[in-house]
Amino acid sequence: MARFKKGKKSGQASISTASLPDIIFMLLFFFMVTTVMREVTLIVKVKPPEASEVQRLEKKALVSYIYIGVPVKANLFGTKPRIQLNDQFARVSDIAAFVTSERQARDEADRRFITNSLKVDQDISMGIVTDVKQELRKAGAFRINYSTRKVEKLNFGKLL
Amino acid sequence: MPRPIQEINAGSMADIAFLLLIFFLVTTTMDVDSGIGRRLPPPLTGDEKPPDINERNIFTVLINNRDRLFVEGRPGDIRTLRQQTKEFLSNPRNTEDLPEMIMKTIPELGAVRVPKNAVISLKNDRGTSYKMYIAVQNELTAAVTELRNELALEKFGRRFSELTLEAQIEAIQSAIPIPISEAEPVDIGGE
Repeated sequence: MARFKKGKKSGQASISTASLPDIIFMLLFFFMVTTVMREVTLIVKVKPPEASEVQRLEKKALVSYIYIGVPVKANLFGTKPRIQLNDQFARVSDIAAFVTSERQARDEADRRFITNSLKVDQDISMGIVTDVKQELRKAGAFRINYSTRKVEKLNFGKLL
Repeated sequence: MPRPIQEINAGSMADIAFLLLIFFLVTTTMDVDSGIGRRLPPPLTGDEKPPDINERNIFTVLINNRDRLFVEGRPGDIRTLRQQTKEFLSNPRNTEDLPEMIMKTIPELGAVRVPKNAVISLKNDRGTSYKMYIAVQNELTAAVTELRNELALEKFGRRFSELTLEAQIEAIQSAIPIPISEAEPVDIGGE
């Protein structure tokens, strides 16, 4: 028996902290699985309008985003509303190519369920939005979602 | 006597993991995206005939480039739009200028009184503000939601959003669809 006693016994047994990293790693993995990476850096200003009758967008992997707003760097790019696709400015004619590339990135079975989320700034006029919608129709992307902020009740005073 | 094996201090491992954790917390978003869902119609091919819909079955909503509403040929107000839409879609007093109502048998619901073919026609200008457009879409959706809630309360004793059975949800949806049709865009007022 005495063979196993090696070294001298310490005075006080400390609690082992070796499992602490494991616990933190578990937390880390939990967050990695439940969250999504911030998709793009916005180069247009987007403050979505308010609405009360909203639906949640299920299946984030099947959503592709189209941002429309005034450029953040207005002194460089002007104050005219622009479209942002992925990480760069785009023209209305680029929408069709964007829709195709978004389709190609998805599984064949899921392609019908792609939703195009229009993240549009509230102070923009409908002209550019209408152009984008027409272009989406031509490209065969019919499911769209107007991104909004949820409020309990719409404040009509702000509109008039 | 062999030396005791030196143990690697694992205490700093937790710090590294914490750093990674914080990095992920900062770079990811947890907010759920929400919005008003719509389906765009397929593009026109050019040889369609305009559908033959009776005037009483169409509810026209126009928004001009100064965000003024024109509802059913009269100047309208966003505050009363919801009530007007509800009245149009339900035609409570069976009046002649609101849509024709029929009794339709729907599984799960039985016979319900629904409009035969009511359409809300929404038309906006290129100069209409997006905020106003969404507000109008919101009010039109709200009218449909309220009607769905009323029907769901009557038939199942619950609000529409609280229904859990797929068959019940589908039944209500088919009884009261969202009949919004957007006109082909025209440019009248400019931006």
